[in-house]
This record gives sequence, structure tokens and C-alpha cells, in this order.
Amino acid sequence: MAQTVFAPWDNPDEKPLIQFKNVTKRFGDFTAIDNLTQDIYTREFFALLGPSGCGKTTMMRMLAGFENPSEGQILIAGQDMAGVPPNKRPVNMMFQSYALFPHLSVWDNIAFGLRREGAEKTQLAARVEQMLKLTRLERFARRKPHQISGGQRQRVALARSLAKAPKLLLLDEPLGALDKKLRQDTQFELMDIQEKTGTTFVIVTHDQEEAMTVASRVAVMDEGRIMQVATPAVIYEQPNSVYVADFIGDVNIIEGAATPHPQADGYSVAWAEGQPQFHAKTNRSFAPGQKCFLALRPEKVAISAEPPEEAANRIQGKIIDIAYLGNISTYHVRLPNGTMMKAQTANTRRLSRRSLTWEDAVWLSWTDTAAAVLEG
Amino acid sequence: MRRALLIAVPYLWLLALFLVPFLIVLKISLSDTALAIPPYLPTLDFTEGWAGIWGFLQELDFENFTFLTQDELYWRAYLSSVQIALISTVLTLLVGYPIAYGMASAPEHWRATLMMLVILPFWTSFLIRVYSWMGILSNEGLLNQLLQGLGLIDQPLIILNTNTAVYIGIVYTYLPFMILPIYAALEKMDAALLEAAEDLGCSRLTAFWLVTVPLSRQGIIAGCFLVFIPALGEFVIPSLLGGSGTLMIGKVLWEEFFNNRDWPVASAVAVILLLILIIPIILFQRNEQKQREREG
Ligand SMILES: Nc1ncnc2c1ncn2[C@@H]1O[C@H](COP(=O)(O)OP(=O)(O)O)[C@@H](O)[C@H]1O
Ligand SMILES: [Mg+2]
Repeated sequence: MAQTVFAPWDNPDEKPLIQFKNVTKRFGDFTAIDNLTQDIYTREFFALLGPSGCGKTTMMRMLAGFENPSEGQILIAGQDMAGVPPNKRPVNMMFQSYALFPHLSVWDNIAFGLRREGAEKTQLAARVEQMLKLTRLERFARRKPHQISGGQRQRVALARSLAKAPKLLLLDEPLGALDKKLRQDTQFELMDIQEKTGTTFVIVTHDQEEAMTVASRVAVMDEGRIMQVATPAVIYEQPNSVYVADFIGDVNIIEGAATPHPQADGYSVAWAEGQPQFHAKTNRSFAPGQKCFLALRPEKVAISAEPPEEAANRIQGKIIDIAYLGNISTYHVRLPNGTMMKAQTANTRRLSRRSLTWEDAVWLSWTDTAAAVLEG
Repeated sequence: MRRALLIAVPYLWLLALFLVPFLIVLKISLSDTALAIPPYLPTLDFTEGWAGIWGFLQELDFENFTFLTQDELYWRAYLSSVQIALISTVLTLLVGYPIAYGMASAPEHWRATLMMLVILPFWTSFLIRVYSWMGILSNEGLLNQLLQGLGLIDQPLIILNTNTAVYIGIVYTYLPFMILPIYAALEKMDAALLEAAEDLGCSRLTAFWLVTVPLSRQGIIAGCFLVFIPALGEFVIPSLLGGSGTLMIGKVLWEEFFNNRDWPVASAVAVILLLILIIPIILFQRNEQKQREREG
């Protein structure tokens, strides 16, 4: 049997687990969340991504019940959450600061939520042991939070929020304090746990790589609004705005005027006086002469010493700078009119045998589907 | 060398201001009263050399301590002091905890002011403040005038010269010592912990019992000792506010010393009081040390 793609958001019959309906949140006269409407589905790993202060934590806190929307409605499993206190919601939150109880052992921290629902003793113990095993903390069960490392504390916080098997788990920058290696390990651990437990995760992060790694869908936020919601691949390959394209990963943005192409479908983009026009295909439509932006990922730009044949777009330039990043190199190339452009290549050859170097005249080229054509 | 010097300073301080006076009091407590100046015998006479010192030591005895066990006034006074100090400590905790809690949950720019208000009474003499309570609590005092004016009572409440007045006085006087350590503990607490508790299924009240109270435990313990220890030997408050029925060892000691001029018995009372106090003081020290260790 072929594996079906997980995409409940494309299925009109699917009932969303979480519904934000025209939610606005104001603090005084400051609007933190601005008329936001969004559905999140069961078993999703939904990532909120955005710059600091854009309202990610506020969204989470409204889901957990620590803040009430100023306007609009939040529904969880079809039930309006207005007036439902945090302890009555089928939601658990893993706090950015972990918020472990310093006076309780790791074991008791994890058991805390289970005790509140009056779990039976042997069942409770079994569940705690299971959580300890899942997060590989068995050896630290008797320790107090201040006697374990940062990474272990983070796993205790995770185990504690998972212990009650909530329908919905909120993770607020859960891995922010970890170093890169441990963070990556934990990201995979999270996905693994999600697969095993079937919990719905909403994760806040300002690390776009993290969002891309773990999420089923990514929501890119700006100033209290969601700019785009899509799978990581779509967000990366087909951003709907310059803001999203620029926020996720490295990108060249070229402003120009679009004219429908006479022969091929697509557009010619006049981007600088006296320079050849670029060609790009898109399913957006532009009026002749309408302002547009080309968003072009550096790794989609080929760089060569010889002029490439059969390229939809090609332009000559000079290498100004090379950033060697181990597995890849980024070339900063100056175009004849002074515009800087980035091109990336994988380093399959040894450094000493690299053919291109500073001040070399080079050709940049890309296909007519490489760039996203955006309105703004 | 410098280190040794630094460590020596507090020990010299203790030696000069605690150990030496204590040894003097201990010596007096082992002497006999006499109509003399000073009013006890023997006195140490160094002119006779070793023989004099030996003779002096031979005249010391535990008579006064035996006397304390024979007259039931003394052990009743000790017991009653412990009881009054315990009750006052509990009352101070009941009043002080909500105040400390309110201070810790007040907006940050208010806290320094609130702290000032708690400390402010220390700027006036303790004696004057206790006297002014006499003006408040007496039969024609402010409190009774107010209550009668409001028509809440016909007959004045008799508070002054009762144990109630002593409790009021002790709670009032030692309240800052209770508030400050509890406030310090509460203020350090991360507000996210309460949210985490609620998130995991606690109501506000259970979150308070399961998180706030245990996390302010060190502050509560410190506050209780800081109130209990001085309250046990308190003399001014029971003298001014208490009545003839208020039995406290501090008052007994004062009377032995100044009214009866029986220095040796008074000293024996003081030595026993100190021995009683050493237990809570050691417990207090251990509590402080445990906390320091916890905070690493
Ligand atoms: N309790 C509050 N009172 C006033 N302003 C707040 C409060 N909580 C958040 N804000 C403001 O709302 C905005 C969004 O905050 P937040 O949701 O924490 O952002 P982030 O995306 O970094 O998590 C910020 O500008 C913040 O200053
Ligand atoms: Mg945040």
C-alpha cells in the first residue's frame, strides 16, 4: 500500500483540532495579535516562526489559557475555550524557561500533573517510568532540577508536559538554550515522540532551521499576523511574499518590472538600465510593466568560468568574496551595474583544487523556474 | 595570613561581646548573694595568687540552679514564655505572610516603597512605639473610643494588661522580621512556576499550597526563628502591655535583678534562658546553611 501523504489541511472533511477565529489580542493600546484566523489539525507538528515580539508566545498563552483574546474565539476540539481556566484545558505547555519545580525531584516533577488528576498509585508510577524511559532520564529520577544539566532539564520539562498525554502540547522555544548538536538530537527525538504518541504539537521557535526540520506546517508571523502557512518545502520554494522569502533562508531579491513574455509563457523582468532582462515562469499574473520581485535562492544560481549554454538567465560578474562553510561555499558576485548577488555551490572538490577565486570574472546562470516572482 | 586575620575578626568580636560576658554571668550565677557591692560573693582576688583563685573556685556552687528547680514560679515562667513566644510567632506568621505575598506580587516599581514602609517603624524608638500601644489599647484608648463611637460596643474592651496586649505588641514589633525573609523568598520565585502548576491541573489554591508555600519554606522558617528567639526573652512588651497574670521569664529576670537585687539568681535565670535559646539558634543556623548549600 502506498503511503498517504499527511495533509489534513487539504481535506475539507477533516475537523481541525484548534481553530483561531478572528482572534485579536491587545495589551493596552498595543495589538499583539491582529485579527488572526487559523486552523491546526490533529497530529500536526505546527511551527510558529517569526522575529522576536511578533506574538508567538501570546498565541501559545492564549491556547494554554493564561491570556484571553480581546476579540474573537479560540476553539479546541470544537469547544469554545472562553472562560475555561488552564487547569481545565486538554492542553499542556512546555515553558521556555522549563519552569521545573525546584523543590521536587525529577520523578515528582513528572508525576505532578498525574497526581492532580488523582491517578492510581501503580498506574502513576508506571506512567512516570515510561516517560523517564522515553526521555532517557531513568538514572536522574531522584535528582533535583538543580542537580542536572540544561539538556536534561529540558527533557524533564518535556516529559512532564507529555505525562498527562494531552491532546495538544505547546512548546515555547523548547530548544533555545541547547547547543547545536544537542538541539538537533532533540529535534529528532521530538519528532519520534510525536510519532509514537500521536500528540498534536504547536512549537514556537525563532530558529528557521528548526522549524523546517520538525514541522508538518510552518506559519511565518510578522507583527501579530500570519504571513504564510504551508509545508516547509512550499514555504522555502514558493514563498508568497518578499517578507517570507527573506525570513526563511538566504535569498537574492531583485526588484524589476514584469512584461509578459512574447514566446514562452512567463515574464521578462527588466531589473536594471542597460542590462539583459531576466526570464521567469510563475502562475501569478502581472500587468505589463507591473512592479515585481524575483526571489532567487543562492543554491539555484550556478557559477562558472565559461559562459553557460542554453541557460534561461545568465549574467557576468566578478567574485568579490567567498564564504567557505565546509560543505558549501557562497560566492558574492558583483554584477556590471554594481548589484551584489549570491551563488552557492557544494564543495565536492578539495579546497586547493577549487577553480574559482577572488577577482575572477564569472558567469552566473539559472533556469526560468528557479526564481519566485512576487508582488511584494 | 590575611585570611587568618579576616577569620579572626568575627571570632574576636564574639569572644569580647558574647563569650566573656557569658562567662561573667555564669560566674555570678554560681555565687551567693550578699549585702555588698557588687551584691554577691565570693569576688576574685588576684593578690593572694593561686591560693586565692583556688579558694574562690571552692566557694562556687550550683545552689542557685537548685533553687530555680524548687520554686515553681521559675519553670512556670519558662513554660509560659515558650507558650507566649510560640503563639506570637504563629500569629506573626499569619499576619506577615499575606503582607509579604502582597508585596511580592505588587508591580515592581512599587516594591521598594512597600519595603520602606515595612522598615519605617524602626526609625522610631522601640520603647516609644510600645508606649503608644498603651494609648491605643487602654480602656479610654483610641481603639475603644473608635469602637464605642461607631456604636459597636457599649463597654470598653479590656485589652491592656492582658496576654492579648502582649500578643499584639509582639506581633507588631517583630512583624518586619517575619515579612522580610518571606518576601525575599517569594520575590525570587519564578511566576512561570505557578502557571506550570495550573497548566498541569492545579487550581489557584492548590498551586499556592503545592508550589508557593514549599518554595517560601526557608523564608517562613527564618522568619519564625527571628520572631521566636527575641520574643522568648522579651521583657519590655510584657512589662508595659502585659498584666500581673502575664508571666514571662524576661520580666522575672528583670525583677530578680533590679527589685530583689539578687544577682546570682537573676544570672542563673539568664543562663538557663540562654541554654533554652541555643536549641532554636542552632536549628536556625542549620536552616540557613542548608539554604546556602541549596543555592550553591
Ligand atoms: N503582558 C503583556 N503586557 C504588555 N505587552 C505584552 C505582554 N505580553 C506580550 N506583550 C507584547 O506583545 C508582543 C508580542 O509578544 P510575544 O508574544 O511574547 O512575542 P514573541 O513572538 O517574541 O513570543 C510584544 O511586543 C510584547 O512586548
Ligand atoms: Mg516568546
